[in-house]
Amino acid sequence: MSFHLILFLAFGAVCVGGAVNLLAQRHPINSALSLITVMAALAGEYLLLGAEFVAAVQVIVYAGAIMVLFVFVIMLLNAGEEEGTKGSRVALLLGVPGMLTASVLMAWVVLQHSGTESVGIGALPGPPRNIAQLLFHDFLLPFEVTSVLILIAIMGAVVLASKPESTTGKVD
Amino acid sequence: MVPLAYYLLLSGFLFACGVVGFLIKRNIITIFMSIELMLNGVNLSFVAFAAHWHALAGQVFVFFVMVVAAAEAAVGLAIIIAVYRTRETLNVDQVNLLKL
Repeated sequence: MSFHLILFLAFGAVCVGGAVNLLAQRHPINSALSLITVMAALAGEYLLLGAEFVAAVQVIVYAGAIMVLFVFVIMLLNAGEEEGTKGSRVALLLGVPGMLTASVLMAWVVLQHSGTESVGIGALPGPPRNIAQLLFHDFLLPFEVTSVLILIAIMGAVVLASKPESTTGKVD
Repeated sequence: MVPLAYYLLLSGFLFACGVVGFLIKRNIITIFMSIELMLNGVNLSFVAFAAHWHALAGQVFVFFVMVVAAAEAAVGLAIIIAVYRTRETLNVDQVNLLKL
């Protein structure tokens, strides 16, 4: 067993453990922290694949910015433990076996149809220079469109999260 | 050398966990986190295929997915705050009326 495979399995085990813990925990803050663990371990997997830039962005944007937003909202709304309802029990009884069947089927298909191709350590280096070349040259239009998307998202978030009284008060 | 199938299996498992969380969780914030987990699972297969086909565009797609996820998180959490302000609950089973 090569060192690369051991590293892959170690990060993969952290990913799997975090994902299962996200489902098992009842308090949202515990789920959020296990999601941060999953994202950090995924950054390790990206590094193994050679995608340095993506790994850095994963830690900074995903595990940093987005999850801080989640944790802030959980604390702001004082979210407590969730209580199970009839609907959640039905979903648990039907959803988990269904997804297990689908996962096993998917795994069987993947293992059946993938040959012996394997990916070496740092197979495709993704340094920021090459990423920027693609981003600002080949994908320039999608990049500009995402900036409009972000602008609209910011305005939407401000409008949605502001208090209704303050907006109607200004009209009068 | 790690077989490509292992990366795909891990990515599929993360996606399946996200779907199960989406189905069985009743807290709206946890449901939202399950969606993020699904996006992360897809990102892993993007990077793995990028390495396999030697196409750097796959890593740029991951960048775009992250941007969309950030926009989605900002708007979604604002909607959650608005819902909590009017209903005073985070349980999706109790949010079943279009108009109060």
